[in-house]
Amino acid sequence: MSSIWVYANPKKFIDTTDRFLPALAVMSVSCLVVGLVWGFFFTPDDFRQGSTVKIIYLHVPAALMAINAWLMMLVASIIWIVRRHHVSARAARAAAPVGVVMTLIALATGALWGQPMWGTWWAWDPRLTSFLILFLFYLGYIALWEAIEDADTAADLTSILCLVGSVFALLSRYAVNFWNQGLHQGASLSLDKEENVADVFYFPLLVCIAGFVLLFIALVFLRTQTEIRARRMRALMARDRMEA
Amino acid sequence: MPDLGKYAEAVLSSYAVSLVLLIILVALSWRRAVRIKSALREIEERQKKDG
Repeated sequence: MSSIWVYANPKKFIDTTDRFLPALAVMSVSCLVVGLVWGFFFTPDDFRQGSTVKIIYLHVPAALMAINAWLMMLVASIIWIVRRHHVSARAARAAAPVGVVMTLIALATGALWGQPMWGTWWAWDPRLTSFLILFLFYLGYIALWEAIEDADTAADLTSILCLVGSVFALLSRYAVNFWNQGLHQGASLSLDKEENVADVFYFPLLVCIAGFVLLFIALVFLRTQTEIRARRMRALMARDRMEA
Repeated sequence: MPDLGKYAEAVLSSYAVSLVLLIILVALSWRRAVRIKSALREIEERQKKDG
């Protein structure tokens, strides 16, 4: 069995991900269409939340991916710091815009749900606040990559920023568990049957989560390939300039 | 179309905002991928020609 580190070779990474991308794209779109149509058209209203319960099919998967995208970036950043594999730094950079969109969807759908349910678009609740800070970390991370010309220095500094931001990624995940204040309810998904959402909402939600996860993987593969190619292009152009 | 009652605006806005953001993300990622791929191919072919 070959080691995972063979994918640190840019060509090997592009060849391998190219094989999986079409299937990933089809599976993610299928899961999203099935999950969202199922959730929107074929599930009942909640006895307390009414039809706003349909927002969970977007809010929960997006929030889940916002946090997990940052954790994926954390792993890639640690690999960069320890082993200096360029593909891992490119993968972390490629995941950030996907993560920021997921965070934005979670914040927007949360606000749209909160207005009729809590009577306010926004509250300085621990989970909401840590999520907003995570969103700002995403923007800072993307800005830092853009601001530094030398790719290795940018990868070093963004990796450190990623390590710091991980505190807020974890905080936004677990704030509802240990911070017993604020408006945000407990996690919608739980191993505890009593706390979990009812099965009628749970199964379409699982399909939507699968769709978001597959979409995230497909986009990170595609964007990492682009980052690798852009880096090679810059290197070739620099060689051209030196020869001229 | 299910009857969304008094929360129709919140539910439909959530779906509209999310789907628009996802479509923009996919479209921009795809467009940049195609552009960079063809620009790189062009440079590689030119360098091959120039020796």
